[in-house]
Amino acid sequence: MRIRTGDRLLHWYTWLIIGWLSLPIAVMIVFGFNDKKSKSNTSWQGFTLKWYQQLFEIQGLTQALINSIIIAVVSTILATTLGTLLGLAVGRYRFRGKGLTNFLIFAAISTPELVMGASLLSLFVSANAPRGHITIIIAHTLFSLAFVVVTVRARVVVLDPSLEEAARDLGAGTWETFRLVTLPSIMPGVAAGAMLAFALSIDDYVVTSFVNGSDLTFPLWIIGSVKVGIPAQVNVMGTLIFALGALVAVANSVAARRRAAR
Amino acid sequence: MGRRAPYWLALPGWIWLGIFLVVPIAAMASVSLTTGNLIDGFAQTLSVSNYSDAIAKYSTQLVRSLVYGGVATLLMLLLGYPVAYWIAFKGGSRKSMYLFLLLLPFFVSFVLRTISWGFLLADDGILFGTLKGWGLLPADFHVLATTVAVIGGLVYNFLPFMILPIYVALERVDPRVVEAAYDLYASRLDAFRRVVLPLSLPGVFAGVLMTFVPATADPVNAAVLGGTGNTMIGNIIQTEYLVNSNYPTASALSFTLMAVLLIGIFIYARTLGTDNVLEAAAR
Repeated sequence: MRIRTGDRLLHWYTWLIIGWLSLPIAVMIVFGFNDKKSKSNTSWQGFTLKWYQQLFEIQGLTQALINSIIIAVVSTILATTLGTLLGLAVGRYRFRGKGLTNFLIFAAISTPELVMGASLLSLFVSANAPRGHITIIIAHTLFSLAFVVVTVRARVVVLDPSLEEAARDLGAGTWETFRLVTLPSIMPGVAAGAMLAFALSIDDYVVTSFVNGSDLTFPLWIIGSVKVGIPAQVNVMGTLIFALGALVAVANSVAARRRAAR
Repeated sequence: MGRRAPYWLALPGWIWLGIFLVVPIAAMASVSLTTGNLIDGFAQTLSVSNYSDAIAKYSTQLVRSLVYGGVATLLMLLLGYPVAYWIAFKGGSRKSMYLFLLLLPFFVSFVLRTISWGFLLADDGILFGTLKGWGLLPADFHVLATTVAVIGGLVYNFLPFMILPIYVALERVDPRVVEAAYDLYASRLDAFRRVVLPLSLPGVFAGVLMTFVPATADPVNAAVLGGTGNTMIGNIIQTEYLVNSNYPTASALSFTLMAVLLIGIFIYARTLGTDNVLEAAAR
Protein backbone atom coordinates (compact mmCIF):
# COMPACT_ATOMS: atom_id res chain seq x y z
CA MET A 1 0.00 0.00 0.00
CA ARG A 2 2.86 2.37 0.84
CA ILE A 3 4.42 1.69 -2.53
CA ARG A 4 1.25 2.68 -4.37
CA THR A 5 1.02 5.96 -2.45
CA GLY A 6 4.58 6.82 -3.46
CA ASP A 7 3.89 6.05 -7.09
CA ARG A 8 0.73 8.12 -7.07
CA LEU A 9 2.58 11.07 -5.59
CA LEU A 10 5.23 10.77 -8.31
CA HIS A 11 2.50 10.58 -10.94
CA TRP A 12 0.92 13.81 -9.70
CA TYR A 13 4.33 15.39 -9.43
CA THR A 14 5.10 14.56 -13.08
CA TRP A 15 1.87 16.20 -14.15
CA LEU A 16 2.69 19.22 -11.96
CA ILE A 17 6.02 19.65 -13.77
CA ILE A 18 4.33 19.25 -17.16
CA GLY A 19 1.79 21.88 -16.10
CA TRP A 20 4.53 24.23 -14.97
CA LEU A 21 6.39 23.82 -18.25
CA SER A 22 3.20 24.50 -20.23
CA LEU A 23 2.03 27.50 -18.19
CA PRO A 24 3.87 30.24 -20.13
CA ILE A 25 2.74 28.68 -23.41
CA ALA A 26 -0.88 28.82 -22.26
CA VAL A 27 -0.40 32.46 -21.26
CA MET A 28 1.11 33.26 -24.66
CA ILE A 29 -1.82 31.64 -26.50
CA VAL A 30 -4.51 33.25 -24.34
CA PHE A 31 -3.03 36.74 -24.58
CA GLY A 32 -3.03 36.50 -28.36
CA PHE A 33 -6.81 36.89 -27.97
CA ASN A 34 -6.56 39.78 -25.51
CA ASP A 35 -8.32 42.98 -26.56
CA LYS A 36 -5.61 45.14 -25.05
CA LYS A 37 -5.70 48.91 -25.42
CA SER A 38 -2.28 49.92 -24.12
CA LYS A 39 1.24 48.82 -25.06
CA SER A 40 1.55 46.38 -22.21
CA ASN A 41 -0.14 43.01 -22.49
CA THR A 42 -0.27 41.84 -18.90
CA SER A 43 -3.94 42.11 -17.90
CA TRP A 44 -6.99 40.57 -19.54
CA GLN A 45 -9.28 43.08 -21.26
CA GLY A 46 -11.70 40.95 -23.23
CA PHE A 47 -11.73 38.54 -26.17
CA THR A 48 -10.85 39.60 -29.70
CA LEU A 49 -9.69 38.07 -32.97
CA LYS A 50 -8.32 41.33 -34.32
CA TRP A 51 -4.66 40.39 -33.83
CA TYR A 52 -5.24 37.38 -36.05
CA GLN A 53 -6.78 39.64 -38.71
CA GLN A 54 -3.94 42.17 -38.40
CA LEU A 55 -1.27 39.47 -38.18
CA PHE A 56 1.04 40.93 -40.82
CA GLU A 57 0.37 44.63 -40.19
CA ILE A 58 3.64 45.26 -38.37
CA GLN A 59 6.12 45.42 -41.22
CA GLY A 60 9.31 44.94 -39.21
CA LEU A 61 7.92 41.90 -37.43
CA THR A 62 6.70 40.27 -40.63
CA GLN A 63 10.08 40.90 -42.27
CA ALA A 64 11.86 39.39 -39.25
CA LEU A 65 9.69 36.27 -39.47
CA ILE A 66 10.39 35.95 -43.20
CA ASN A 67 14.12 36.38 -42.53
CA SER A 68 13.97 33.65 -39.88
CA ILE A 69 12.23 31.23 -42.23
CA ILE A 70 14.63 31.86 -45.13
CA ILE A 71 17.66 31.48 -42.85
CA ALA A 72 16.27 28.32 -41.27
CA VAL A 73 15.53 26.69 -44.63
CA VAL A 74 18.92 27.47 -46.17
CA SER A 75 20.96 26.57 -43.10
CA THR A 76 18.97 23.35 -42.64
CA ILE A 77 19.74 22.25 -46.20
CA LEU A 78 23.45 23.08 -45.78
CA ALA A 79 23.78 21.53 -42.33
CA THR A 80 21.90 18.37 -43.32
CA THR A 81 24.04 17.84 -46.41
CA LEU A 82 27.40 18.45 -44.70
CA GLY A 83 26.33 16.66 -41.52
CA THR A 84 25.06 13.56 -43.31
CA LEU A 85 28.32 13.16 -45.25
CA LEU A 86 30.39 13.69 -42.11
CA GLY A 87 28.13 11.34 -40.14
CA LEU A 88 28.64 8.63 -42.78
CA ALA A 89 32.41 9.12 -42.61
CA VAL A 90 32.73 8.87 -38.82
CA GLY A 91 29.98 6.27 -38.44
CA ARG A 92 31.27 3.80 -40.97
CA TYR A 93 34.98 4.19 -41.64
CA ARG A 94 38.20 4.02 -39.70
CA PHE A 95 40.50 6.71 -41.00
CA ARG A 96 43.29 8.99 -39.96
CA GLY A 97 41.80 12.10 -38.38
CA LYS A 98 38.67 10.37 -37.13
CA GLY A 99 39.52 11.16 -33.51
CA LEU A 100 40.11 14.79 -34.37
CA THR A 101 36.84 14.89 -36.32
CA ASN A 102 34.92 13.51 -33.34
CA PHE A 103 36.61 16.08 -31.13
CA LEU A 104 35.59 18.92 -33.48
CA ILE A 105 31.99 17.70 -33.44
CA PHE A 106 32.03 17.53 -29.65
CA ALA A 107 33.58 21.01 -29.53
CA ALA A 108 30.90 22.41 -31.87
CA ILE A 109 28.16 21.05 -29.60
CA SER A 110 29.70 21.99 -26.27
CA THR A 111 31.09 25.44 -27.05
CA PRO A 112 28.78 27.90 -25.29
CA GLU A 113 26.62 29.71 -27.84
CA LEU A 114 27.94 32.97 -26.54
CA VAL A 115 31.55 32.02 -27.28
CA MET A 116 30.59 30.68 -30.71
CA GLY A 117 28.83 33.92 -31.59
CA ALA A 118 31.61 36.08 -30.22
CA SER A 119 34.35 34.15 -32.02
CA LEU A 120 32.47 34.28 -35.33
CA LEU A 121 32.10 38.02 -34.90
CA SER A 122 35.85 38.24 -34.29
CA LEU A 123 36.42 36.42 -37.57
CA PHE A 124 33.97 38.55 -39.55
CA VAL A 125 35.38 41.75 -38.08
CA SER A 126 38.97 40.71 -38.86
CA ALA A 127 37.95 39.71 -42.39
CA ASN A 128 35.96 42.93 -42.82
CA ALA A 129 32.97 40.84 -43.90
CA PRO A 130 29.61 42.64 -43.91
CA ARG A 131 27.17 41.06 -41.46
CA GLY A 132 23.69 39.99 -42.49
CA HIS A 133 21.75 37.03 -43.84
CA ILE A 134 24.86 35.24 -45.08
CA THR A 135 26.80 35.44 -41.83
CA ILE A 136 23.71 34.30 -39.90
CA ILE A 137 23.33 31.31 -42.25
CA ILE A 138 27.02 30.44 -41.79
CA ALA A 139 26.65 30.50 -38.01
CA HIS A 140 23.40 28.48 -37.95
CA THR A 141 24.86 25.88 -40.30
CA LEU A 142 27.85 25.57 -37.96
CA PHE A 143 25.91 24.75 -34.79
CA SER A 144 23.25 22.61 -36.55
CA LEU A 145 25.82 20.59 -38.50
CA ALA A 146 27.20 18.87 -35.41
CA PHE A 147 23.73 17.79 -34.27
CA VAL A 148 23.00 16.31 -37.71
CA VAL A 149 26.28 14.35 -37.51
CA VAL A 150 25.23 12.90 -34.15
CA THR A 151 21.76 11.76 -35.30
CA VAL A 152 23.06 10.37 -38.61
CA ARG A 153 26.01 8.60 -36.97
CA ALA A 154 23.67 6.87 -34.53
CA ARG A 155 21.83 5.44 -37.53
CA VAL A 156 24.93 4.56 -39.56
CA VAL A 157 26.59 2.47 -36.84
CA VAL A 158 23.62 0.08 -36.67
CA LEU A 159 23.45 -0.23 -40.46
CA ASP A 160 24.10 -3.75 -41.77
CA PRO A 161 27.06 -3.54 -44.24
CA SER A 162 25.96 -6.76 -45.99
CA LEU A 163 22.97 -4.87 -47.47
CA GLU A 164 25.31 -2.61 -49.44
CA GLU A 165 27.51 -5.54 -50.41
CA ALA A 166 24.44 -7.32 -51.74
CA ALA A 167 23.52 -4.25 -53.79
CA ARG A 168 27.01 -4.13 -55.28
CA ASP A 169 26.94 -7.86 -55.98
CA LEU A 170 23.73 -7.28 -57.90
CA GLY A 171 25.53 -4.77 -60.08
CA ALA A 172 24.70 -1.43 -58.46
CA GLY A 173 27.35 1.30 -58.79
CA THR A 174 28.60 3.46 -55.90
CA TRP A 175 26.01 6.20 -56.48
CA GLU A 176 23.15 3.75 -57.04
CA THR A 177 24.06 1.85 -53.87
CA PHE A 178 24.08 5.10 -51.93
CA ARG A 179 20.81 6.39 -53.39
CA LEU A 180 18.85 3.12 -53.30
CA VAL A 181 20.23 1.36 -50.24
CA THR A 182 22.31 3.53 -47.90
CA LEU A 183 20.25 6.73 -47.98
CA PRO A 184 16.83 5.10 -47.41
CA SER A 185 18.15 3.14 -44.43
CA ILE A 186 19.72 6.17 -42.74
CA MET A 187 16.81 8.44 -43.70
CA PRO A 188 15.18 8.50 -40.23
CA GLY A 189 18.47 9.84 -38.82
CA VAL A 190 18.79 12.40 -41.62
CA ALA A 191 15.19 13.55 -41.14
CA ALA A 192 15.59 13.84 -37.38
CA GLY A 193 18.80 15.82 -37.89
CA ALA A 194 17.12 18.14 -40.40
CA MET A 195 14.18 18.81 -38.06
CA LEU A 196 16.58 19.51 -35.22
CA ALA A 197 18.59 21.86 -37.43
CA PHE A 198 15.46 23.76 -38.46
CA ALA A 199 14.25 24.05 -34.87
CA LEU A 200 17.66 25.22 -33.61
CA SER A 201 17.93 27.81 -36.36
CA ILE A 202 14.48 29.34 -36.05
CA ASP A 203 14.84 29.52 -32.25
CA ASP A 204 18.35 30.91 -32.00
CA TYR A 205 18.92 34.23 -30.34
CA VAL A 206 22.39 34.25 -28.74
CA VAL A 207 24.63 33.38 -31.70
CA THR A 208 22.50 35.43 -34.10
CA SER A 209 22.75 38.52 -31.90
CA PHE A 210 26.49 38.64 -32.62
CA VAL A 211 26.54 38.09 -36.36
CA ASN A 212 23.29 39.70 -37.58
CA GLY A 213 24.60 43.15 -38.49
CA SER A 214 21.37 45.10 -38.95
CA ASP A 215 19.22 42.19 -40.18
CA LEU A 216 16.68 41.03 -37.62
CA THR A 217 15.30 37.55 -37.08
CA PHE A 218 12.06 36.73 -35.23
CA PRO A 219 13.68 36.19 -31.79
CA LEU A 220 15.86 39.30 -32.20
CA TRP A 221 12.90 41.47 -33.14
CA ILE A 222 11.00 40.25 -30.06
CA ILE A 223 13.89 40.96 -27.66
CA GLY A 224 14.27 44.38 -29.27
CA SER A 225 10.66 45.25 -28.53
CA VAL A 226 10.58 44.08 -24.90
CA LYS A 227 11.22 47.58 -23.54
CA VAL A 228 8.55 49.28 -25.65
CA GLY A 229 5.95 46.54 -25.17
CA ILE A 230 5.44 43.38 -27.18
CA PRO A 231 2.61 43.63 -29.73
CA ALA A 232 -0.05 40.90 -29.50
CA GLN A 233 0.85 39.78 -33.05
CA VAL A 234 3.95 38.21 -31.52
CA ASN A 235 1.69 36.01 -29.36
CA VAL A 236 -0.33 35.06 -32.43
CA MET A 237 2.74 34.13 -34.45
CA GLY A 238 4.13 32.17 -31.51
CA THR A 239 0.79 30.35 -31.24
CA LEU A 240 0.70 29.50 -34.94
CA ILE A 241 4.31 28.26 -34.99
CA PHE A 242 3.59 26.23 -31.86
CA ALA A 243 0.46 24.67 -33.41
CA LEU A 244 2.30 23.86 -36.63
CA GLY A 245 5.27 22.30 -34.80
CA ALA A 246 3.06 20.22 -32.53
CA LEU A 247 0.96 19.08 -35.50
CA VAL A 248 4.03 17.97 -37.47
CA ALA A 249 5.36 16.10 -34.42
CA VAL A 250 2.05 14.32 -33.83
CA ALA A 251 1.69 13.41 -37.50
CA ASN A 252 5.26 12.14 -37.47
CA SER A 253 4.73 9.90 -34.47
CA VAL A 254 1.43 8.57 -35.86
CA ALA A 255 3.18 7.72 -39.13
CA ALA A 256 6.02 6.03 -37.25
CA ARG A 257 3.55 3.98 -35.23
CA ARG A 258 1.77 2.91 -38.39
CA ARG A 259 5.06 1.85 -39.99
CA ALA A 260 5.92 -0.12 -36.86
CA ALA A 261 2.51 -1.83 -36.87
CA ARG A 262 2.92 -2.94 -40.45
CA MET B 1 36.13 5.86 -54.11
CA GLY B 2 37.54 2.99 -52.08
CA ARG B 3 40.01 3.91 -49.40
CA ARG B 4 39.72 7.62 -49.95
CA ALA B 5 35.95 7.57 -49.44
CA PRO B 6 35.91 8.75 -45.81
CA TYR B 7 38.12 11.72 -46.67
CA TRP B 8 35.84 12.84 -49.49
CA LEU B 9 32.80 12.45 -47.26
CA ALA B 10 34.37 14.37 -44.40
CA LEU B 11 36.02 17.10 -46.46
CA PRO B 12 33.12 19.59 -46.76
CA GLY B 13 32.34 19.26 -43.04
CA TRP B 14 36.01 19.68 -42.13
CA ILE B 15 36.24 22.84 -44.21
CA TRP B 16 33.16 24.30 -42.53
CA LEU B 17 34.27 23.38 -39.01
CA GLY B 18 37.80 24.54 -39.74
CA ILE B 19 36.95 27.94 -41.16
CA PHE B 20 34.02 28.78 -38.90
CA LEU B 21 34.90 27.06 -35.62
CA VAL B 22 38.66 26.58 -35.32
CA VAL B 23 39.82 29.74 -37.09
CA PRO B 24 37.36 32.05 -35.25
CA ILE B 25 38.38 30.71 -31.87
CA ALA B 26 42.02 31.24 -32.84
CA ALA B 27 41.11 34.71 -34.09
CA MET B 28 39.42 35.44 -30.79
CA ALA B 29 42.50 34.25 -28.90
CA SER B 30 44.58 36.61 -30.99
CA VAL B 31 42.19 39.56 -30.52
CA SER B 32 42.17 38.97 -26.76
CA LEU B 33 45.89 39.80 -26.70
CA THR B 34 45.63 43.07 -28.62
CA THR B 35 45.36 46.62 -27.35
CA GLY B 36 43.72 49.62 -28.91
CA ASN B 37 40.24 50.87 -29.68
CA LEU B 38 37.77 50.90 -32.53
CA ILE B 39 38.80 54.30 -33.90
CA ASP B 40 42.58 53.98 -33.84
CA GLY B 41 42.52 50.27 -34.60
CA PHE B 42 43.78 47.32 -32.59
CA ALA B 43 47.43 46.33 -32.48
CA GLN B 44 48.76 42.92 -31.57
CA THR B 45 50.84 43.45 -28.42
CA LEU B 46 50.55 39.97 -26.89
CA SER B 47 49.50 41.65 -23.68
CA VAL B 48 47.69 39.55 -21.12
CA SER B 49 46.50 42.69 -19.36
CA ASN B 50 43.11 42.33 -21.07
CA TYR B 51 42.57 39.20 -19.04
CA SER B 52 43.61 40.61 -15.69
CA ASP B 53 41.69 43.84 -16.34
CA ALA B 54 38.55 42.03 -17.50
CA ILE B 55 38.59 39.61 -14.59
CA ALA B 56 39.22 42.38 -12.10
CA LYS B 57 36.43 44.48 -13.56
CA TYR B 58 33.82 41.77 -13.99
CA SER B 59 34.65 39.17 -11.33
CA THR B 60 31.30 39.88 -9.64
CA GLN B 61 29.33 38.95 -12.76
CA LEU B 62 31.56 35.96 -13.48
CA VAL B 63 31.11 34.51 -10.00
CA ARG B 64 27.41 35.37 -10.06
CA SER B 65 26.98 33.47 -13.35
CA LEU B 66 28.72 30.40 -11.98
CA VAL B 67 26.60 30.50 -8.82
CA TYR B 68 23.33 31.02 -10.73
CA GLY B 69 24.26 28.30 -13.23
CA GLY B 70 25.31 25.92 -10.45
CA VAL B 71 22.22 26.49 -8.30
CA ALA B 72 19.95 26.19 -11.35
CA THR B 73 21.65 22.93 -12.38
CA LEU B 74 21.28 21.48 -8.89
CA LEU B 75 17.60 22.45 -8.81
CA MET B 76 17.06 20.91 -12.23
CA LEU B 77 18.63 17.67 -11.03
CA LEU B 78 16.44 17.55 -7.92
CA LEU B 79 13.27 18.51 -9.80
CA GLY B 80 13.96 16.47 -12.92
CA TYR B 81 15.20 13.16 -11.55
CA PRO B 82 11.84 12.05 -10.06
CA VAL B 83 10.08 12.89 -13.34
CA ALA B 84 12.58 10.86 -15.39
CA TYR B 85 12.31 8.03 -12.86
CA TRP B 86 8.53 7.91 -12.92
CA ILE B 87 8.29 8.02 -16.72
CA ALA B 88 11.00 5.37 -17.19
CA PHE B 89 9.63 2.87 -14.66
CA LYS B 90 5.92 3.65 -14.41
CA GLY B 91 5.14 5.35 -17.70
CA GLY B 92 4.14 2.04 -19.29
CA SER B 93 2.68 2.40 -22.76
CA ARG B 94 2.28 6.16 -22.33
CA LYS B 95 6.00 6.92 -22.02
CA SER B 96 6.22 8.67 -25.36
CA MET B 97 3.15 10.77 -24.56
CA TYR B 98 4.77 12.06 -21.35
CA LEU B 99 8.00 12.83 -23.19
CA PHE B 100 6.04 14.63 -25.89
CA LEU B 101 4.28 16.76 -23.28
CA LEU B 102 7.61 17.62 -21.65
CA LEU B 103 9.00 18.74 -24.99
CA LEU B 104 5.88 20.58 -26.12
CA PRO B 105 7.06 24.00 -24.82
CA PHE B 106 10.06 23.74 -27.17
CA PHE B 107 7.79 24.48 -30.08
CA VAL B 108 7.73 28.02 -28.76
CA SER B 109 10.82 30.13 -29.20
CA PHE B 110 13.18 30.27 -26.20
CA VAL B 111 12.99 34.06 -26.15
CA LEU B 112 9.20 34.06 -26.28
CA ARG B 113 8.92 31.52 -23.46
CA THR B 114 11.14 33.65 -21.27
CA ILE B 115 9.14 36.77 -22.06
CA SER B 116 5.96 34.86 -21.27
CA TRP B 117 7.38 34.29 -17.78
CA GLY B 118 7.91 38.02 -17.63
CA PHE B 119 4.16 38.48 -18.31
CA LEU B 120 3.28 35.94 -15.65
CA LEU B 121 5.56 37.34 -12.99
CA ALA B 122 4.85 41.02 -13.71
CA ASP B 123 4.08 43.01 -10.56
CA ASP B 124 0.56 43.84 -11.77
CA GLY B 125 0.25 40.78 -14.02
CA ILE B 126 -2.42 38.08 -14.03
CA LEU B 127 -0.80 36.17 -11.17
CA PHE B 128 0.44 38.69 -8.64
CA GLY B 129 -1.89 41.48 -9.76
CA THR B 130 -4.89 39.25 -9.02
CA LEU B 131 -3.51 38.01 -5.71
CA LYS B 132 -2.75 41.58 -4.68
CA GLY B 133 -6.25 42.60 -5.69
CA TRP B 134 -7.62 39.99 -3.32
CA GLY B 135 -5.34 41.25 -0.58
CA LEU B 136 -3.48 37.95 -0.39
CA LEU B 137 -0.14 39.57 -1.14
CA PRO B 138 1.31 42.87 0.08
CA ALA B 139 1.22 45.61 -2.56
CA ASP B 140 5.01 45.88 -2.75
CA PHE B 141 5.54 42.14 -3.32
CA HIS B 142 7.51 41.41 -6.44
CA VAL B 143 9.44 38.56 -8.06
CA LEU B 144 10.41 40.08 -11.39
CA ALA B 145 13.90 41.64 -11.34
CA THR B 146 15.08 39.39 -8.50
CA THR B 147 17.56 36.52 -8.28
CA VAL B 148 14.65 34.12 -7.81
CA ALA B 149 13.17 35.11 -11.17
CA VAL B 150 16.47 34.61 -13.02
CA ILE B 151 17.29 31.22 -11.48
CA GLY B 152 13.65 30.15 -11.89
CA GLY B 153 13.80 31.14 -15.55
CA LEU B 154 17.02 29.16 -16.09
CA VAL B 155 15.52 26.08 -14.41
CA TYR B 156 12.37 26.42 -16.49
CA ASN B 157 14.18 26.83 -19.79
CA PHE B 158 16.69 24.00 -19.44
CA LEU B 159 14.83 21.42 -17.30
CA PRO B 160 13.89 19.10 -20.20
CA PHE B 161 17.59 18.85 -21.12
CA MET B 162 18.18 17.41 -17.65
CA ILE B 163 15.18 15.06 -17.70
CA LEU B 164 15.82 13.50 -21.11
CA PRO B 165 19.34 12.05 -20.62
CA ILE B 166 18.42 10.75 -17.15
CA TYR B 167 15.32 9.16 -18.65
CA VAL B 168 17.39 7.51 -21.38
CA ALA B 169 19.78 6.05 -18.78
CA LEU B 170 16.95 4.84 -16.51
CA GLU B 171 15.02 3.38 -19.41
CA ARG B 172 17.95 1.05 -20.10
CA VAL B 173 17.93 -0.32 -16.53
CA ASP B 174 16.62 -3.88 -16.64
CA PRO B 175 13.69 -4.12 -14.18
CA ARG B 176 14.82 -7.65 -13.36
CA VAL B 177 18.02 -6.25 -11.83
CA VAL B 178 15.91 -4.16 -9.47
CA GLU B 179 13.71 -7.18 -8.69
CA ALA B 180 16.82 -9.20 -7.93
CA ALA B 181 17.79 -6.56 -5.37
CA TYR B 182 14.36 -6.93 -3.71
CA ASP B 183 14.71 -10.70 -3.74
CA LEU B 184 17.98 -10.26 -1.90
CA TYR B 185 16.10 -8.32 0.79
CA ALA B 186 17.09 -4.83 -0.26
CA SER B 187 14.67 -2.18 0.98
CA ARG B 188 13.14 0.21 -1.55
CA LEU B 189 15.64 2.85 -0.57
CA ASP B 190 18.60 0.44 -0.74
CA ALA B 191 17.56 -0.81 -4.15
CA PHE B 192 17.39 2.75 -5.39
CA ARG B 193 20.60 3.93 -3.75
CA ARG B 194 22.75 0.93 -4.66
CA VAL B 195 21.28 -0.30 -7.94
CA VAL B 196 19.18 2.28 -9.79
CA LEU B 197 21.12 5.43 -8.92
CA PRO B 198 24.58 4.13 -9.94
CA LEU B 199 23.15 2.83 -13.22
CA SER B 200 21.64 6.26 -13.96
CA LEU B 201 24.84 8.23 -13.31
CA PRO B 202 25.88 8.46 -16.99
CA GLY B 203 22.51 10.13 -17.65
CA VAL B 204 23.01 12.50 -14.73
CA PHE B 205 26.46 13.34 -16.06
CA ALA B 206 25.12 14.10 -19.54
CA GLY B 207 22.21 16.07 -18.09
CA VAL B 208 24.45 18.27 -15.94
CA LEU B 209 26.74 18.89 -18.92
CA MET B 210 23.81 19.82 -21.15
CA THR B 211 22.35 22.27 -18.63
CA PHE B 212 25.21 23.82 -16.66
CA VAL B 213 27.11 25.23 -19.65
CA PRO B 214 24.16 26.93 -21.39
CA ALA B 215 22.62 28.09 -18.10
CA THR B 216 25.85 29.73 -16.93
CA ALA B 217 26.48 31.46 -20.24
CA ASP B 218 22.85 32.46 -20.91
CA PRO B 219 22.21 36.20 -21.34
CA VAL B 220 18.46 36.02 -22.06
CA ASN B 221 17.00 35.14 -18.66
CA ALA B 222 19.05 37.77 -16.86
CA ALA B 223 18.13 40.40 -19.46
CA VAL B 224 14.39 39.66 -19.52
CA LEU B 225 13.71 38.59 -15.92
CA GLY B 226 16.64 39.99 -13.97
CA GLY B 227 16.53 43.77 -13.91
CA THR B 228 19.68 45.72 -13.15
CA GLY B 229 21.11 43.86 -10.16
CA ASN B 230 21.35 40.43 -11.76
CA THR B 231 23.58 41.01 -14.78
CA MET B 232 25.37 37.82 -15.81
CA ILE B 233 28.60 37.37 -17.70
CA GLY B 234 26.68 36.69 -20.92
CA ASN B 235 25.14 40.16 -20.81
CA ILE B 236 28.55 41.74 -20.19
CA ILE B 237 30.13 39.94 -23.15
CA GLN B 238 27.23 40.97 -25.39
CA THR B 239 27.48 44.60 -24.31
CA GLU B 240 31.27 44.74 -24.61
CA TYR B 241 31.10 43.27 -28.11
CA LEU B 242 28.00 44.83 -29.57
CA VAL B 243 27.57 48.13 -27.76
CA ASN B 244 31.07 49.16 -26.69
CA SER B 245 32.92 47.40 -29.56
CA ASN B 246 35.60 46.69 -26.98
CA TYR B 247 36.77 43.57 -28.78
CA PRO B 248 39.95 42.81 -26.77
CA THR B 249 38.17 42.85 -23.41
CA ALA B 250 35.17 40.97 -24.78
CA SER B 251 37.41 38.28 -26.32
CA ALA B 252 39.37 37.92 -23.10
CA LEU B 253 36.10 37.55 -21.17
CA SER B 254 34.75 34.93 -23.60
CA PHE B 255 37.95 32.95 -23.28
CA THR B 256 37.93 33.19 -19.52
CA LEU B 257 34.34 31.95 -19.46
CA MET B 258 35.14 29.04 -21.73
CA ALA B 259 38.25 28.13 -19.72
CA VAL B 260 36.36 28.23 -16.42
CA LEU B 261 33.58 26.05 -17.85
CA LEU B 262 36.05 23.55 -19.34
CA ILE B 263 38.02 23.30 -16.10
CA GLY B 264 34.75 22.85 -14.23
CA ILE B 265 33.71 20.03 -16.56
CA PHE B 266 37.05 18.26 -16.16
CA ILE B 267 37.03 18.49 -12.36
CA TYR B 268 33.45 17.28 -12.36
CA ALA B 269 34.32 14.35 -14.67
CA ARG B 270 37.27 13.42 -12.44
CA THR B 271 35.23 13.39 -9.24
CA LEU B 272 32.58 11.26 -10.91
CA GLY B 273 35.32 8.86 -11.94
CA THR B 274 34.85 9.35 -15.65
CA ASP B 275 38.33 9.31 -17.14
CA ASN B 276 37.36 10.30 -20.62
CA VAL B 277 35.02 13.27 -20.80
CA LEU B 278 34.61 12.96 -24.53
CA GLU B 279 33.57 9.36 -24.29
CA ALA B 280 31.11 10.05 -21.51
CA ALA B 281 29.59 12.92 -23.44
CA ALA B 282 29.35 10.89 -26.62
CA ARG B 283 27.49 8.08 -24.92
